[in-house]
Amino acid sequence: MHDWRYATPDASLGPASGVGQGPRSSGLLRWLLACAAVFVCSCSQQGVLDPQGPIASAQLLLLLNSTAIMLVVVIPVILATLGFAWWYRSSNARASRSTDEGYEGRTEFVLWSIPTLIVILLGGVIWISSHQLDPRAPISTNGNPLRVEVVALDWKWLFIYPDQGIAAVNQLVIPTTTPVSFRLTSATVMNSFFVPQLGSQIYTMGGMTTHLNLLADAPGEYPGFSAMFSGDGFSEMRFIAKAVPAGDFDSWVAKVRGSGSALDLPAYAELAKPSKAVPPKTYRSVEPKLFDRIVEQTVSGPRGPTSAAWSSPARQTGG
Amino acid sequence: MSITTIADFVPTELARGRGGGGPAPTRTVVAYGFWIFLLSDFVLFSGLFAAYAVLSGNTAGGPTGSELFNLRNVFIETMCLLLSSYTAGLGALSAERRQPGSFLIFSAFTFVLGAAFLVIEAREFARMAAEGAGPSRSAFLSAFFTLVGTHGVHVTSGLVFLVYMVAQVVAKGLRPHVLRRLLCFSLFWHALDIIWVGVFTLVYLMGAR
Amino acid sequence: MLGRLSWAAIPLDQPLPLYAMGAVGIVILVVLGIVTVKGWWPYLWREWITSVDHKRIGVMYVILGLVMLLRGYSDAIMMRTQQAIAVGDAQGYLPPDHYNQIFSAHGTIMIFFVAMPLVIGLMNFVVPLQLGVRDVAFPTLNSVSFWLTASGALLVNVSLVIGSFSRASWWGYPPLSELAFSPDEGVDYYLWPLQISGIGTLFTGINFVTTILKLRAPGMTYMRMPVFCWTALATSMLIVAVFPVLTATFVMLLLDRYLGMHFFTNDLGGNQMMYVNLFWAWGHPEVYILILPAFGVYSEVAATFSGKGLFSYRTMVWATLGICVLSMMVWLHHFFTMGAGADVNSVFGIMSSIIAVPTGAKVFNWLFTMFRGRIVFTTPVLFLIGFMITFVLGGLTGVLLAVPPVDFVLHNSAFLVAHFHHVIIGGVVFGALAGINYWFPKAFGFTLDDRWGKASFWCWLIGFYLAFTPLYVLGMMGMTRRLQHIPDPSWQPLLLVAELGAIVIFLAVLCQIMQLYVSIRNREVRRDLTGDPWNGRTLEWATSSPPPAYNFAVLPRVETIDAFWQMKRRGLPAVEPSYEPIEMPRNSPIGIVNAFFATITGFTLIWHIWWIVIIGLLAIAVGILVFGWSENREREISASEIARLERARLALGRAT
Repeated sequence: MHDWRYATPDASLGPASGVGQGPRSSGLLRWLLACAAVFVCSCSQQGVLDPQGPIASAQLLLLLNSTAIMLVVVIPVILATLGFAWWYRSSNARASRSTDEGYEGRTEFVLWSIPTLIVILLGGVIWISSHQLDPRAPISTNGNPLRVEVVALDWKWLFIYPDQGIAAVNQLVIPTTTPVSFRLTSATVMNSFFVPQLGSQIYTMGGMTTHLNLLADAPGEYPGFSAMFSGDGFSEMRFIAKAVPAGDFDSWVAKVRGSGSALDLPAYAELAKPSKAVPPKTYRSVEPKLFDRIVEQTVSGPRGPTSAAWSSPARQTGG
Repeated sequence: MSITTIADFVPTELARGRGGGGPAPTRTVVAYGFWIFLLSDFVLFSGLFAAYAVLSGNTAGGPTGSELFNLRNVFIETMCLLLSSYTAGLGALSAERRQPGSFLIFSAFTFVLGAAFLVIEAREFARMAAEGAGPSRSAFLSAFFTLVGTHGVHVTSGLVFLVYMVAQVVAKGLRPHVLRRLLCFSLFWHALDIIWVGVFTLVYLMGAR
Repeated sequence: MLGRLSWAAIPLDQPLPLYAMGAVGIVILVVLGIVTVKGWWPYLWREWITSVDHKRIGVMYVILGLVMLLRGYSDAIMMRTQQAIAVGDAQGYLPPDHYNQIFSAHGTIMIFFVAMPLVIGLMNFVVPLQLGVRDVAFPTLNSVSFWLTASGALLVNVSLVIGSFSRASWWGYPPLSELAFSPDEGVDYYLWPLQISGIGTLFTGINFVTTILKLRAPGMTYMRMPVFCWTALATSMLIVAVFPVLTATFVMLLLDRYLGMHFFTNDLGGNQMMYVNLFWAWGHPEVYILILPAFGVYSEVAATFSGKGLFSYRTMVWATLGICVLSMMVWLHHFFTMGAGADVNSVFGIMSSIIAVPTGAKVFNWLFTMFRGRIVFTTPVLFLIGFMITFVLGGLTGVLLAVPPVDFVLHNSAFLVAHFHHVIIGGVVFGALAGINYWFPKAFGFTLDDRWGKASFWCWLIGFYLAFTPLYVLGMMGMTRRLQHIPDPSWQPLLLVAELGAIVIFLAVLCQIMQLYVSIRNREVRRDLTGDPWNGRTLEWATSSPPPAYNFAVLPRVETIDAFWQMKRRGLPAVEPSYEPIEMPRNSPIGIVNAFFATITGFTLIWHIWWIVIIGLLAIAVGILVFGWSENREREISASEIARLERARLALGRAT
């Protein structure tokens, strides 16, 4: 019978050796301590953990529920891994051993059923929640939604209020408890409009329009940014989404209409030039149909290819 | 003590079927490997076909397929390519029957027909480019030129392969490794035919409606 | 004359890359100097550089992967440090255009030049031995594959000294990667090396599919192959099925950049969404290409070090094939936020969750392999256990991200970064390290020091959790990925913990280097004389350590799964077989020659030096045609030589 030995006995090798500090206790303990330390540091509730609207709240709940469903399997598996590794270590004289096992149909059935059932449950959760929280789906409340058109530029955000005829850069003022219906595009590269405390993000892409619906429950200032890397000024591509009571929103609109410059085509061309860390600014009027013309690429853009005519009235039939 | 060596064991039975027969002969291995390579090439083309399918409507105000395609020329070049597959097949049969003379004749026909295909295609491309319908005019044209052009590059490589194989047959004769490579050439050439059927259906016939 | 290359391409005004390349350059020169002075070039040329032996090629792949791990890690620590200090008003030490190159290079190098070579290297070394055959189906093509991969790695690193790398991330999404927004050579430094190494990888896939399906020892039916070979087969089939998609996608982006076409541009009909779809149609199967061989390693390690066969071999095989097929049906989960609508998003979300089923079945199988086994805690086993815990948690976060509405708030955040590092480090890296520790004695004839191996394991485990758990929290707090500057000071404590984790991982790498050093220094004491240091179950342990060039003097006759285990149990008659001469393929320089010209062609394509491009392509073509004309591609090892080698090995074994 073939003899099993190592060329050289290492201190912790061989059938008779114990394992000293097994992987069980110290590994798990260390990890738990690390997690605890980390969570202690992160006392501030922010972002996804601090939802300020119905979309974000639903998403946080979904996150927690899905985690709980998964933990039902994950925690026993982790404990079993550590448990089996420890109990069946070669130095444990009390453990029962077997050599080779034949095919165990019953165990197989159970082992496949557990993940299958979890996945069936999750599948239902996925289908229902994806339809309920579809960014395109309007938020049903009384009253008309506020329409906002969003343009991602290099490297700032332009918000156009088509019904109010005003625009703002790097600040998004919205009334509370009013659904906001966004149409979004990019004048340059792919970006992603995201205000974590209000909910879903959505990509913004050149020549195309995407749609998003959000609502802010309570007044506050909520950080927003681009969640898709877009170049050198990306880190500074941040804005504040400021939710104010409806009355305050109307007075803000009136104030904007009374001051600042107009966002006409020359002003837009100036704005569209690459710039970073742009301070918030407002425009008292907006060129009509500016958003649509940006989507159709019939306004001159910030950067174009060195050869072909970027601002030619080329009709996009794709996307 | 003694150690185990594999050679010491005499099996009680060998499993036949389900792959139990041991390593396959070289000809099988080479042909199989080359066929897997061709499948990977089909995947490459499928990426280009997918791009074409997505972009075929994106003419950006420029010319469309129905305005550009000359179906008569497409028919002629298709016939050339299909016929060249037939002659390549006859060449392969000649090689298997160890008839180098016939092989050379059929290879010559295959080359001429393949070259004719390329000439017609190149002239079509040149005509389109001269009319302002080059690959940088629109996404549709980029996809068209790339898909059809990649097929053309493969045909060109096939012709180089063919010339090389003819040279090997002349210089070395129809030895086993030469025959294996001829088998690979045949697979390659016929695969290009299959791709071309896809191309002229999706691009020319459907695009010219 | 020299395209767009000029002296300005050398970053004389940027100290960091210059110092880095200076240091690396000195190391390279010292190594080359030592090799020259000691006269090792003929040996290296004959035994390694022109070798077509799968064992040598496998080792070279692993060395390439480990060396590039150092480069990828340097990028990582630079990023971590920047994020730890560039908070609030502080701007850090890396301006955006540098930082953006660094994270782009980090991802590109880690996926293509660390993880792929490590996994392919293990496959190369082990699969023919486990199948009981002498080499892969196309040994010279194997050498070509390796050297093309090395060429890609070299070209990416040249971007440190000449010009700059891509600033469009490891994905290269258009329009950012198009000429309009990335006019310089950066994206080309990303595209061409990956095209070159992609061809090499595709050839590897073809090679291994053919080898595993057509070249096995007599009697080895499909259901008697070791599980590592099944995972290698699934990986190779995935490579053949998806790498051409990446090639086609990059061809289209290159055509946009070089010939002004409009596949993905913003104007004239281009469709950037198509790039995203095509890229991830490759990209998702790619991560399964990385993880499946690691799963195979874990199966081998679990069985060997539990002293019993893998629990339910049949399930492992079907789970592997299931994962292989399903991996090609989930790609959209990388861009739920692109706006495909609820129906499409749900379908892909459900498909992504379904992959958890065969994966879960595998985890249970490893668990039940340990059940009632006799477990010995060697370094590979520690990596196995660390993997089982870590991967399951990483998989949990993955399934969370597979729920589209949850992904809407976590997409592209630090949470996502933590998730994929969780599964890649916990899965692929741990698997590669387990495999290296497990098969090292077979490759080199002596075992690795187990104490330093365990030290490196603990550092990897602790370092990983310290580095990435804060990122999960930060992602939920609203930190997106790829930030050069951190806007919120309250994030800094967590970022400092992450930095600490990165430093602990550095200690892990140091432990591995120490492990190598100590083991090599003590190699005579650590020698594996029997060829079977772990009481293994599969055929690679039936050869000497290292095996002779021909692997098996007589091809084994296989009757069961775990063929070698069965043979050991049955005992052996002491009759020497009659040896026949064996034909092995000769070495060939075509691999390195091809790669040399590919490197030159790639470099001159990047810099638009068209006349050299043409020369390079012609040289490659001529090389292939000349190689194809050569005769005498095989050499014969005589029966007497084989007898001598086998008897010497037996004598060595009996001496223990």
